[in-house]
Amino acid sequence: MNWSEFWNMGGYGFYVWFSYGTFFLVLGLGLIMPMLKRRSLETELREQWAVTKRRKRES
Amino acid sequence: MNKLTLWFHKLGSPEYFYRFAGRWAPWAGWSFALLTVIGLYLGMFKAPPDYQQGESYRIIFIHVPSAWMSMFIYVAMSAAGFVGLVWRIKVAEIMAMASAPIGAAFTLVTLVTGAFWGKPMWGAYWVWDARLTSELILLFIYLGIIGLYQAIEDRRTAARAASLLALVGLVNIPIIHFSVEWWTTLHQGSTVNLMGESSMHPSMLWPLLIMAVATKLYYVMNVLQRARNMILELESNKSWAKTVLQPAEASR
Repeated sequence: MNWSEFWNMGGYGFYVWFSYGTFFLVLGLGLIMPMLKRRSLETELREQWAVTKRRKRES
Repeated sequence: MNKLTLWFHKLGSPEYFYRFAGRWAPWAGWSFALLTVIGLYLGMFKAPPDYQQGESYRIIFIHVPSAWMSMFIYVAMSAAGFVGLVWRIKVAEIMAMASAPIGAAFTLVTLVTGAFWGKPMWGAYWVWDARLTSELILLFIYLGIIGLYQAIEDRRTAARAASLLALVGLVNIPIIHFSVEWWTTLHQGSTVNLMGESSMHPSMLWPLLIMAVATKLYYVMNVLQRARNMILELESNKSWAKTVLQPAEASR
């Protein structure tokens, strides 16, 4: 089997590859979103703690 | 207490769970990647074309595992939600709520890949048969749970309310499973059986089963990853959270 035959999938290429694309897109997004959330959460919490610490020192 | 019960009690501690999740999520993630490569290699290159459906049946290797996961995660979410409701365990509530978006994602994948399999085989992207309709309802239930959880301000009240909704929606799971037997559906019946013989050739069955394990590992990785974020957010006032994020400054 050569590659163009493989991508063609016996004429069903569009359906097969669209399905696989959806699978990896959705799972990929599901993986990346909590990673981004983690980063923003770290920054947010560090800032929050810094503010409370500064307030404590000032009072 | 025996060791397993003791370990379960330990897992109920947010700090212990946070560290546990951080240690195991990457292992589950890499195992998922490895099994996906193996499973899809066997499915795409080694398995022969189907005698009726030709090459289009290769969608099965993602469609069926996703469909199994959409129900598996729902049951896991409900179980965690039940534990959270009965024993008021924070980690259980979080595990239930961290599961919902992953379950919704797999349900969406199931519906889309099913549509793109239905079009060339049945001639339609969508038909209102019992299997497809009950799976669509599952997506709406997941979205309802996520929406309810987001709508209530207090995180713990929100988790309890959404867990209750999850338990009510549990009734849909047997309906999805038996829909192909109870009603006449365009969707085919099951070819893989836990008990008894599967009517599928091993060259097609193996990649399918490998992908089924792979998607479970994805769930494990993803749910731990999401639960870690939620625990950190919920416990951000606790001293352990500060120790975890800024080890050097915590002592000052």
